[in-house]
Amino acid sequence: MSDNQYQLQVITPERIFYEDDVTMVTFKTSEGEIGVKKNHIALTTPLVSGLMTIKYNGSEKKAALHEGFAEITPEQVTILADAAEWANEIDVERASEAKARAEALLEKDSPDIDTIRAKAALLRALTRLEVSHYQGEK
Amino acid sequence: MASMREIKRRKSSIQSTKQITNAMKLVATAKLQKAKANAEETRPYFKRTMDTIGSIIHKSRGITHPYLTERTVKNKGYVVITSNRGLAGGYNMNLCKLIMRKESDKEQSKIIAVGKNGRDILKKNGYAIIKEYHDMVNHPSYRSAEILGKALLKMYEVEELDEIYIAYTSFKSTISHEPQLIRVLPVDVEQFEAVESEKHLMTFEPNEEEVLGHIIPRYINSLIIGALREAVASEHGARMTAMDSATKNASEIIDRLTLEYNRARQASITQEITEIVGGAEALK
Repeated sequence: MSDNQYQLQVITPERIFYEDDVTMVTFKTSEGEIGVKKNHIALTTPLVSGLMTIKYNGSEKKAALHEGFAEITPEQVTILADAAEWANEIDVERASEAKARAEALLEKDSPDIDTIRAKAALLRALTRLEVSHYQGEK
Repeated sequence: MASMREIKRRKSSIQSTKQITNAMKLVATAKLQKAKANAEETRPYFKRTMDTIGSIIHKSRGITHPYLTERTVKNKGYVVITSNRGLAGGYNMNLCKLIMRKESDKEQSKIIAVGKNGRDILKKNGYAIIKEYHDMVNHPSYRSAEILGKALLKMYEVEELDEIYIAYTSFKSTISHEPQLIRVLPVDVEQFEAVESEKHLMTFEPNEEEVLGHIIPRYINSLIIGALREAVASEHGARMTAMDSATKNASEIIDRLTLEYNRARQASITQEITEIVGGAEALK
C-alpha cells in the first residue's frame, strides 16, 4: 500500500457497497462538491444525490450516491448512503421515466404535492442519467 | 374399540396433515435462511449510524434538538411488528403480551400495526390502532422503512405522539427469539455514551444541529429496517419450530393408530376363526 492511500467504506442499508484502499474520492455534499485525499481534516457532512468518483492505483470508478452522510477522518472515510449504484447497474429507461414523472409533478405546481419529495426524485433521476454515461467504462 | 375402517380413515387424514406441516416447515426453513442473511446485512449500516450520532453527541455536550428532548407524555405510540399469517406458534402472542404487560393504560397508548396478527390480538384487547402497514412484513425494504420513519417523525413533530416505541421479536438464533421493546423517539441519549473517546476533533458542515437533523431520521430508518428484518427472521424461525413439532406430533399419532389398527385387525381375524370353528363344531 502506497503512502497516499486510505480506507474507503461505502455502506448502504442493503449491502456494503465498497470497501477498499483508495487514493481519492469525490462526492457531492449539501455544501457542494468535495474531494477527499489522505489526511483530510475530520469532518461529518450530509450528502445530496450525486456522482461519486473513486480513484485508486491510477484507475477510476464511478457510481451514483443517493443521500446520506459522510464521516471523514484523516485515515478513513465512511459514507453511509440511502442507496448507491455502479454506473452499469443503472436502468436508463427507468431513470428517464422517473425524470419525466418528477418534472411533470413540479410543473403542475399545485399546493398539495410534496415539492421537496418531487425535487429529490428529480435529482435522483438526473444523477442516475449522469452516471449512466459512464456505462461500459471499467 | 373403533372399527378398522374408522381407524384407517383417521390415519390417512392425519397423514395428509403431516404432509402439509412438513412442507410448511421446509418452506419456512428456506425463507429463514434468506431472512437471516438479510438481517445481518443491515447491521454494519446501523452500527456506523449509531457511532456517528454517538460522536456528535459526545463532542457537543448539551446539544438541544427536538428529537432528543423529552416532554410530558400524553400519548405513547407503539409500532408493533408481527406476522401477517398465523401458524407460527407463540410468535405473535408473545410480542403482544409484552405490550399488555408494559402498558396497562390503554387510553394513552396508540398502536401502529405492522402485521395483521398483532393488530387483531391488540384490537380484541381494547387498544386503539391508529395506523396499519401490513405489506412491510412481506418485503422489508429500506424504502418501506423510510415511509414508516417519516410518518413517525411527523406524528412526533405535531405532538400527536410524545413517545414512540418499537416492539419486535429479536432474532437470537434459529430456535431462540426474544420479544423486545425499544424507544425510538425521543432518541435515548444515554445509549450512545459508550463510544470510544474521539481522537480527532470532528468538524461538522454546515453545523452540528443540521447534521444531527439529517442523521437522526436515518438512524430511525435503520432502526426500523433492522427491527423489521429481525422480526421476519424470527417469524420464519418460529414457524419452522412450530411446524416441526406439529410434524412430530402427527408421526406419533400415526404410530399409535397403526398399532390400534393392527390390534383391531387381529381381533377381527380371531373372531372370524372362532366363528368358523364354532360353526364347524355345530355341524358335527
